[in-house]
Amino acid sequence: MGCCNDNDSDLQLFAKQERIYPKRVSGLYRNLKWVAMIVCLAIYYGVPFIRWDRGDNAPDQAVLIDLERGRAYWFWIEIWPQEVYILTGILIFAAIALFFVTSLFGRVWCGYFCFQTVWTDLFVWVERIIQGDRNKRKKLREGPWTFEKIRKLTITHIIWLAIAWCTAGSFVLYFNDAPTLVKSFFMLDVSPTILGFVVGLTASTYLMAGFAREQVCTFMCPYARFQSAMFDKDTLIIGYDENRGEKRGKHKKGTTWDNRGHCIDCTACVQVCPVGIDIRNGLQMECIACGLCIDACNDIMKKVDLPKGLIRYDTERRFEDKVQNTETKFNIFRPRTYYYIFILVIVGGFMLTVLLNRSALDLTVLHDRNPLFVKLSNGEIRNGYEVKILNKTHEDNFYKLTYSGVENATLVVKGAGDISEDAIFVAADSVGHYRINLSAPIKPQNSLDITFTLTDKATNNSDTYESVFVTKR
Amino acid sequence: MVDKETKKQDVDKLSGVETTGHEWDGLQELNNPLPRWWLIVWVVTIVWSLWYFVVYPAWPTLSGATKGTYGYTQAKELAESQNEILKRQSNYLEKFETASFDDIMNDRELYEFAMAGGHAAFKENCATCHGTGAEGGKGYPNLNDDDWLWGGKVTDIHQTLNDGIRVQGSYDTRLSEMPAFGRDKLLSKTQINDVVEYVMILGGETDLTSLPGHLVYQENCASCHGQNGKGLQELGAPNLADDIWLYGGTRKDIYETVVNSREGMMPAWVNRLSQNTIRQISLYVHQLGGGEE
Repeated sequence: MGCCNDNDSDLQLFAKQERIYPKRVSGLYRNLKWVAMIVCLAIYYGVPFIRWDRGDNAPDQAVLIDLERGRAYWFWIEIWPQEVYILTGILIFAAIALFFVTSLFGRVWCGYFCFQTVWTDLFVWVERIIQGDRNKRKKLREGPWTFEKIRKLTITHIIWLAIAWCTAGSFVLYFNDAPTLVKSFFMLDVSPTILGFVVGLTASTYLMAGFAREQVCTFMCPYARFQSAMFDKDTLIIGYDENRGEKRGKHKKGTTWDNRGHCIDCTACVQVCPVGIDIRNGLQMECIACGLCIDACNDIMKKVDLPKGLIRYDTERRFEDKVQNTETKFNIFRPRTYYYIFILVIVGGFMLTVLLNRSALDLTVLHDRNPLFVKLSNGEIRNGYEVKILNKTHEDNFYKLTYSGVENATLVVKGAGDISEDAIFVAADSVGHYRINLSAPIKPQNSLDITFTLTDKATNNSDTYESVFVTKR
Repeated sequence: MVDKETKKQDVDKLSGVETTGHEWDGLQELNNPLPRWWLIVWVVTIVWSLWYFVVYPAWPTLSGATKGTYGYTQAKELAESQNEILKRQSNYLEKFETASFDDIMNDRELYEFAMAGGHAAFKENCATCHGTGAEGGKGYPNLNDDDWLWGGKVTDIHQTLNDGIRVQGSYDTRLSEMPAFGRDKLLSKTQINDVVEYVMILGGETDLTSLPGHLVYQENCASCHGQNGKGLQELGAPNLADDIWLYGGTRKDIYETVVNSREGMMPAWVNRLSQNTIRQISLYVHQLGGGEE
């Protein structure tokens, strides 16, 4: 065949999305999914309203990211912009934890907890309540535009939009005082920024959970694409027991099961699949491991009086062993599980240390670069420093600043009014910014290492900072 | 591709995927079509970019670029943000304008406002001569130290900033007139050498009355620089007894000063900057370290 063929015009280069109408199913995994969905949604919608008393000068919302003032609150943990590495740590921890769980149990995150799954599930549920189950939905969608169709579709979309709007509205609650913002929503008095976020997120929720659905998992999600790197033969997957199921075929009640497989080719597993695949074709990239096909198949197996588990959670190795009629145990402890546990312990330990040792006081001293030092008329040499004091407590505080490493020096704190180095004021939950001068009768010599110590007068908490005293160029 | 006779799609045996019919050296191209919405998103971005081309300045022309229907320019955006800043400043400026230097130095808010404004204005206007850190240089005073030619109180600094030093044609400016003792032949070479020697050790503990330069100094220099060389700020006469030398403290530098005199100058800012800015700079310079009470 040549390169340029007349029939190129027949090529289908872009495929239309095939609409999927997942059939209703019930069983163990569907119940687990309901529980997971309710818990996830409850957490998402409820958390902004949890109160947490932090005293007078801090918000009383348990989980809050205050972008304007640069503070993040999570119950008893409070993060300043300087501590953003904690956020990095959380992200690393979450990523490794996800890899760890994936290597053990496959894509449980995808199937049960991912927001794409949870919201799609919710939207499909709404769709089913209004329009009926799989066949009814399909018939309605493909049928003519009747009054009934318009009515049902309108109601569905209105409910979808309402859910999407609540989702978007809840998102902004994490960045503002929730009760106040909810009130101002009712008073129709919200800032354009917030409104912009709400409109944007409403649109994306509506689009992603209502229309894009499995397309997100297959074509947009990077995790789905690189998960094969975490899979091995001992990873728990959802699989079809080919050895037992084949040769598949329709089965009449009362006829023998000899010389044939247990799969009766009822396609129940295909009909319930939210991503529209046939699990019997083996492990596929599109499969989000939600387990609904297991429920569907078990139901059928029960009806034809065969043991459950033609489709089941199992490992690839055990599926293969079935062919040789051998059986291996689950092999949870593999090198990769150890690696992941090792990394998790390191990252977790680091974060725990950081959080436990978090000081409510932080001192930074920056030596002047220009000029490095100043010669005074009486022959003394003076160095200037910028001092930043982070008062992370929720009370106004006075601090005492001392130095060591240079003899007989005079310390002067610059600021409004006369400031004693014994009582440097920093307002609650803020950064105090002062200039200090340190002058000493000293001959020009190599620069001295000096240490500043800041002490909280009330609690005796202290922090030190190393700096230098420069006496010559 | 579709075979014309059988009307059947060519399928790759290994992967079970349709082929496009394209083949190079035995390699067949498989056809895994992209989702159609992908194409739609792509088209939407093109339409979006077209809209962008129309409403924002985009196409280069010989005389610049198309203006765009929104009339957006970066200059306008800058002006807007500047207005916003000015509006924010106005809260403080009202108070700042009427407050005395003492009041400002004791009010945290106004003080910080003055420091921020003074720091920025200093870098723009003063750093050219005095340096960004105000460390000065030969002929340009270091504003960080405690040696002041014309006084280091904040009001003194304010006056120097307003009216400058040795400004031509100004009635308010201050100036000092040190004679050029060598050039104008007021002193002989020996006398100059003697007085340079004297000035160099001035300010120490030793008794200098027996030095040959003592008489020359007392007769020619003491009227302005004072009997023991402490200087006089009212006349702009520098302190010769300390360690700080504006034009250098070596024998050669001082000799040069006595022979030719120095006539440093500083511009008057009263007509160049707003009074608020000048006051901010005064306070900023005062807190650099050497400000007098």
